[in-house]
Amino acid sequence: MTRLLSPNLLRTLLPGLSLAALLLAIFYLQPRTMSYFGLNLLLNLAVPIALATIAQMFILCVNDLDLSLGAFISLTACITATWLNTTPLLGVLALLACIVAYGALGALIHLRNLPSIVVTLGMSFVWTGIAVLVLPTPGGAAPGWIRTLMTLKPALVPFPIIALVVIGLVVHVGLMRSAAGVVLRGAGGNAKSVARAGWSLLRVKVTMFSLAGLFGVLSGMALVGLTTSADANIALRYTLLSIAGGILGGGEFVGGRVSPIGAVIGAITLALAGSFLSFLRLNPDWQIGAQGAILILVLALRLLISAREVRR
Amino acid sequence: MSPLTSLPQKPWIWAWIGAILMWLIIMSVSGIVAGGQVMSAAASFGTFFVIVAIGQMFVITLGPGNVDLSIPACITLSATLAMKFMNGDPNLLLPGFLISLSVGLVIGTLNFLLILLLRIPPIIATLSASFLYQSTAIWSNRGLRVKPPEVLGDFAVSKILGVPILTIVVLILSVAMAFTLHRTRFGLSVLAVGQNQKAAKLAGIRVERVRFLTYLMYAVLAAICGFFLAGFSGGAALNMGEQYLLMSIAVVVIGGTSVAGGDANLTGLWGASLFIFLLVSMLNTLGLSAGYRLIVTGAIIVGIIAISGRKSAI
Repeated sequence: MTRLLSPNLLRTLLPGLSLAALLLAIFYLQPRTMSYFGLNLLLNLAVPIALATIAQMFILCVNDLDLSLGAFISLTACITATWLNTTPLLGVLALLACIVAYGALGALIHLRNLPSIVVTLGMSFVWTGIAVLVLPTPGGAAPGWIRTLMTLKPALVPFPIIALVVIGLVVHVGLMRSAAGVVLRGAGGNAKSVARAGWSLLRVKVTMFSLAGLFGVLSGMALVGLTTSADANIALRYTLLSIAGGILGGGEFVGGRVSPIGAVIGAITLALAGSFLSFLRLNPDWQIGAQGAILILVLALRLLISAREVRR
Repeated sequence: MSPLTSLPQKPWIWAWIGAILMWLIIMSVSGIVAGGQVMSAAASFGTFFVIVAIGQMFVITLGPGNVDLSIPACITLSATLAMKFMNGDPNLLLPGFLISLSVGLVIGTLNFLLILLLRIPPIIATLSASFLYQSTAIWSNRGLRVKPPEVLGDFAVSKILGVPILTIVVLILSVAMAFTLHRTRFGLSVLAVGQNQKAAKLAGIRVERVRFLTYLMYAVLAAICGFFLAGFSGGAALNMGEQYLLMSIAVVVIGGTSVAGGDANLTGLWGASLFIFLLVSMLNTLGLSAGYRLIVTGAIIVGIIAISGRKSAI
């Protein structure tokens, strides 16, 4: 029994257990959510948040923090709702340029040994500025194919669930199970030993930031697919949500300890926190507060688990 | 080395050179009179940046990982609760200010308790807690702009010989804080903890107490900033604290304080505050649209950080 509930296992299970508890509470409060349609509505907005959380996770993995992610996703959402819709070629090029810019940011941070917090805070101005130029007033329209994809109604399992599982598994296999993934994570754990083993830290940083850029772009596209229009501030909340989601999902702040599946679960938990409150008929003003409370609660539980580990 | 030749090596000199450069550009475009007006405005707005930046500087100086992200929420909550309580009544000015102070004290204590008890990095602790503060502010504010008592509004914008009174007050505060940092036991402890926490501990510094006082001081300064900012800008609004997160960090870093901790100065805070305000004014003067203004501001902040490129750890 004691072996079954080892601290390590508990820590791995914690994100999933917190989500399960929250889901059960929601099902109990509002049994109608337990349907195809209900789950679809509940989890729709979790998809772009999960993609944003994965993007943040790549940055957390190399011991950096991205405070511009929300502004960046707003920008990609604006590009998706305008250029990608009207002149697809220009749109694709612009989104690719966004990813390249993220990679370049990683290179800059690595080469000049800069604090990522400050650099990304400064970049958030740049992203918002470009977004305002691309889409000066709220509007635009989602490209038809993204809209179709995001509103798919597959048989049996609602689309958001399929999307979330696929996102989690693909990143899990790529980052946790592949040889390249080990090097990428190792650079967060012990940069020096990875460098001594002959790997280029610059390439690692550029790869991780580019991946973050890629998932930021995907998040913006998914968001527009759901909202059908964009504005320059549409996703500003995603910066904090993505950090919170990454941490909720078992990511550590240092040392390359991250978990893609955990990150997706963390993102879903945060997305559900709002619905939970409304089912409790609590004031929606407390939605953000509830997300904070859940975050603190899970961190406290994690500490309890670690304390048990030390005692043994 | 004479003081003059050692000047280029001072970490704060670049912020001041930048500020003066911006001012010269503004004056060459729109004349000396406008230059004077802009400088006066810069002194007013810069004041609020400086109050918050002083606190952030002490926190950042504690070393890697120490950044307080709960500042916007703290500013908003302090302003909202105080303005709501006073409800425009000038007789309640003092109790209102005390409410602001207590908001700062409570937030600072909560932040530190989370850092200490949950043993999580301060960034995460202050981030999670800020969700709670923000919610409380939203709940009590209800999206209205609560007007400050007229006296407070008048005080916040009043001037002596063209210099805003608040600026003078914050200048005195800055001198006091510079003295605190470089000459008192507390300030030197902050520097020592930032340079090497283990060594500081072995030297007998009570590290946790120093950290507690630092976070407490920052939250109180942010709360005070919120109180006067509400007076200055005609009321408490939910988004009033938003820009202060970036600004507090940018001002500290551009001002030459080491992000790796253990090395700080207050002279640079003023230079950097003026620089950022004048930069935005200059872009306005040149007639750039909002989008380009944001892009140039961000690019210049990143550029300065990249060029000054100091060793860092966060």
